Amino acid sequence: MVKFSCEKIDLVFAEIAKTAALYIPSNDKNNKAVFTKWQKGTKLCDSHNTQIGPKDLFFPQTEDLMAFKASNKKIEIIDTRKESEDFVIFGVRACDVKSLEILDRVFLSEPRDSYYAMRREHGIIISLACTRPSEACFCTTFGIAPSEPGADISVWKINNEFFWQANTKRGEELLLKIEHFTTPAEPSEVEGEKQRISVLMKRLPLANLSTNGFGKGKTNELFEREEWAKLSEACLGCGTCTFVCPTCQCYDIKDFNTGNGVIRYRCWDSCMYSDFTKMAHGNNRNTRKERFRQRFMHKLVYFPENNNGLFGCVGCGRCISKCPVSMNIVKVMKKLGGNV
Amino acid sequence: MNIYEEALIPKIGVVTDIRIDTPDIKTFRVVTPDGKKAFEHQPGQCAMLSIPGVGEAMFSITSSPTNKDFMEFSIKKCGCVTEWLHSLELGQEITIRGPYGKPFPVDTDFSGKSLLFIAGGVGLAPLRSVINYCRHYRDRYGKIDIVYGSRSKEDLLDYKEIVEEWANDNGVNVYLTIDNPQKEWDGHVGFVPNYVKELNFDRDKIAVLCGPPIMIKFTLDALQALGFDKKQIYTTLELRMKCGIGKCGRCNVGAKYVCKDGPVFRCDELSELPDEY
Amino acid sequence: MQKISRDKLIKKASNLLNSGIVRCVLGWKRGEFDYDITPNVFTTEKELIDDFVWNDFCGANLSKYLVSKTQGVDGKILVFLKPCDTYSFNQLLTEHRFDRERAYVIAVPCEGMADINKIKQITNEGISSIEFNEDTLSISTLYNEEPIKIAYDRVLSERCLNCKSKKHVVYDELLGDDGEILESNRFDEVEKIEKMSSEERFEFWQGELSRCIRCNACRDVCPACTCEKCVFDNPESGVENKASANSFEEKLFHIIRAYHVAGRCTDCGECSRVCPQNIPLHLLNRKFIKDINEFYGEFQAGEKIGMRSPLIDYTTDDIEPNEAVNRRDS
Repeated sequence: MVKFSCEKIDLVFAEIAKTAALYIPSNDKNNKAVFTKWQKGTKLCDSHNTQIGPKDLFFPQTEDLMAFKASNKKIEIIDTRKESEDFVIFGVRACDVKSLEILDRVFLSEPRDSYYAMRREHGIIISLACTRPSEACFCTTFGIAPSEPGADISVWKINNEFFWQANTKRGEELLLKIEHFTTPAEPSEVEGEKQRISVLMKRLPLANLSTNGFGKGKTNELFEREEWAKLSEACLGCGTCTFVCPTCQCYDIKDFNTGNGVIRYRCWDSCMYSDFTKMAHGNNRNTRKERFRQRFMHKLVYFPENNNGLFGCVGCGRCISKCPVSMNIVKVMKKLGGNV
Repeated sequence: MNIYEEALIPKIGVVTDIRIDTPDIKTFRVVTPDGKKAFEHQPGQCAMLSIPGVGEAMFSITSSPTNKDFMEFSIKKCGCVTEWLHSLELGQEITIRGPYGKPFPVDTDFSGKSLLFIAGGVGLAPLRSVINYCRHYRDRYGKIDIVYGSRSKEDLLDYKEIVEEWANDNGVNVYLTIDNPQKEWDGHVGFVPNYVKELNFDRDKIAVLCGPPIMIKFTLDALQALGFDKKQIYTTLELRMKCGIGKCGRCNVGAKYVCKDGPVFRCDELSELPDEY
Repeated sequence: MQKISRDKLIKKASNLLNSGIVRCVLGWKRGEFDYDITPNVFTTEKELIDDFVWNDFCGANLSKYLVSKTQGVDGKILVFLKPCDTYSFNQLLTEHRFDRERAYVIAVPCEGMADINKIKQITNEGISSIEFNEDTLSISTLYNEEPIKIAYDRVLSERCLNCKSKKHVVYDELLGDDGEILESNRFDEVEKIEKMSSEERFEFWQGELSRCIRCNACRDVCPACTCEKCVFDNPESGVENKASANSFEEKLFHIIRAYHVAGRCTDCGECSRVCPQNIPLHLLNRKFIKDINEFYGEFQAGEKIGMRSPLIDYTTDDIEPNEAVNRRDS
C-alpha cells in the first residue's frame, strides 16, 4: 500500500495519462459527474457516483461490429475490429466494480465476446471506496462492501490523503509508474476508514433490504404473483432503468447502409421495449406488465439461477434516482419479497 | 486483423440451389465459396443467415448432418429477411454463422427407441434433418412413424422426398394429412392433433413435435391422452434472436436462452419454464 | 409549499369514490423517500389514506395515463390535474385520445414543483427526510447534524420558474382558488440560443444531444406523443432505430420529435423533467412555440378543446414560407 497527499492527484493523473487513456469522474457543464477522458485541467469531482457507470467504456451504447461490401452477387466481410487502446478508469465504486463481474459472466462466457474482452484486457480499473453513500444506495443487500472496493487497485480517500492498494499484477505495475509521488503506507492506516464506512452503510435507509424470497428456484413462486400488475402500472416502458443500469447488457444488432457499403453495429437494447421480442409472426411479451416482470425476474431469479446465486443487481441506486415515475427494483423487492 | 475468434462475424455462403417447395416456402442450398459445407452440425441445430443491409435471422438447418456436401434451409416467407431470401437468384452470396443450439438427443435418448415425428406446415423443416439422420442410421432406431399435415397438398413441404424416399423405407410409416378436402387428394383430411389420436399410437416410443403453436398445444394434449409422458415428448421453440449465443437477451425465457439451451426442449423441461414462449 | 393540503385532496377523492361517482382515482403515490413519487391508480379510501401524496414533488403530469386507463372500462376515473396538466388534458381531447365522459377532473392549484436535482446540488447525496415549510424546504441528511434550510425559489424546477399559467383551463371541480395566466420569461433561453451564430448553436445542441442515451423517456412521458406505434419503433417505417448510428442520427430523433409535436406541445416540460441525462429538451419545443406565436399570432396548445393549431390550419393571412428565413437573416 502507498499513499500521497490529495494535492498531488493531478500529477498522478498526468503520469498515468502518459501511457494510457485515463478516465476519471468529473463534472460536466450541468454539474453532473461523468467518466471523462482526462486531459490537463480535468478536475476530479467529489460526487458520490457518476450518472452512468463505467459500462459504456467496455460495452458502448453503439459500436460497429463489422462491415460489408456487396457487388453483383458477391459479398465481402470486413473485420473492422481494432486492438483497443490501453486505458485506466479511476474512481470506480464497489458496486460498479461488481457490475463488471456480472457483465463478465455474460460476455466472457463461451463463445466470448471479443469486442468486450478486448477492452477488458486493456482496461485497468482503480476503484474508490465510498465516503458519502447516497440514500439510494443498497449495495450491501448484495453482499458488496464499499469499504473494500477491489479491482486492480483499491483506493481510499481519507482526510487529505489517498491510499492506493494494488490487488493485481497490473495494479502493482501501475503503482510502480507513480512511485515517485507516493510513500509507503500500512494497511492499518485505512482500517479506521473501513470501519467508518461499514457503520455508515448500516444507517442508510435501504440498509435492511433483503434478497430473501429471490434467487435460484423462485421462478414459479414469483412469476404469477398478482402484484406485478400494480407494480408495472405506472411504468412508461422507456429504457431509462436499463440504460443507466451497470449490469443490463441486452443488445440489438442492426445493419446501417452508409451508401457505400453496410456497417453492422450493435446498440443497447431494453427488454422494456415493445419490439424487443417481436417476431414476424407474434410477440411472446405483448404487455407492459410482462416486459416489466422480465427485467426484474431476470436480475433477481434467472441470472442467479445461471450464475450460482449471483444476483444481477449491484444496488448502485441509479434506477432509483433516474426512473421518470420512480418505480424501481427496491419497490419491487419490497412488494414481492415481503421486506419491511 | 484477427484478434480473437468472434462468433458474431459470419462466413460467406453461396446459394447454389433454390427449390420452390410450396407457394410460400423455398429450400435453399448453401455452400462456401469454394464449394464446401460451411460447418458441421447436429440434427435440430440452427444457423444465422443474413443479407447485409437487410438483417440477420435464425433458421433451422433442414439437411441432415450426414450430408457432407452442403446445407439446406427451408424458409417460409414471413418478414424482411425471408422476403429478401425468396427474391434472390442462384449464385447469390449471403452470410452464415453457426451451428447454434442444442440438437435432438439422437445418439442418447433416441438411441434404440421407436420414434414418432409429428409436424405441421413449415415445422417439418427442423424435423427433416433428424428424420434423415435416423433413416441414415436406420439400425440404431426402432420403428419410425411420421405424421405430417399442412393446409393443402401444395403446402406440404418436401412432398417428393416424403413420397418417393421416406415412404419406401423399411419400418418407416408416413401419414400425411391436409386441413380441407381437395380434388387431387385421396389421402387423409383433418388436423394433425385429431389424426394423431385416430392413429392411436402405442406409447412405447419417443415423440418429436414441430409446428405452429396451436398445433403443438393440441397435439401435446392428444399424445398425453394416448398415455405419453411429457418426458417422452420433444419439441422446438422459436423466439426472436439476434446474437444466437445467449448474450443479447432476446430469447430469454426463465433461466433458459432458446438460442443456446434450445431450440430443442423436452416437454417436461418446458413445463418448468414460465409460460411466455 | 403547496397551499392545498393532502388531506383535502384525499377527502374529496374519498367522497367521490364512496358515493360511486368515480370508480378510481389517478393520483400520486409516496415512495421510499420524500421525493420519489409514482403515478398511481387508487381504488379505495384506505389506499388513499395510506399512500396518496400531494407535495412539492408531484411534478408528474397524469393526463397521459387517461389514454390507457379510460380504455375498455366503464365509469369515471378521477384525475388530479395541476394548471399546466390541464392544457395537456385538453390537447389530448382535441386529438380524440380518450372520452371526456370517462374523466372527472379535480383542479389542484399549484405553487410550483421542486427539482430534486437542484436540491441535491445544494445538499449533496444522502437525503434522509424533507420537511415542507411555508417558504423553505428543510432537508435532513445523513451527513449534517442540522437540517439544511433552502428557500423554495432556489430549487423550483425550471418549468415552474417560468410558469406560463396558474389557471386551470378545464375541470369538473376546483379546489381552492384558480390562478391567472402569467407573463413568463420562458422564451428568454430560446432567445439566447437564437442569438448564437449557427456554429455556436450547432455546437450547443451537439453538446446536449450527444449525451442522449435513447431511453425514449422524453417520448414515452410526453402527452403529445400518443401514437400507437411510433415511427422509431416500427421496423416498417424505414427510420426505426434504437440508437444513433452516427452523430447525425443523434439529432434526428429529437428534431423529428420536436417537429411532430409542434403546434401540439403545451410546454408542460415533462420531457426535460424525466431526461436522465439532463438535456434541456423543452427548449426545442419552446423554439417552435415561439415561432408559431411570432408567425401566426399567440397560440397556446390545449387552451381550449377542439382548437386547431395554426400548423394544421390555413388562412389567407398566413406567413409566406420564405418569411421565416428573411427574418432570421435580417
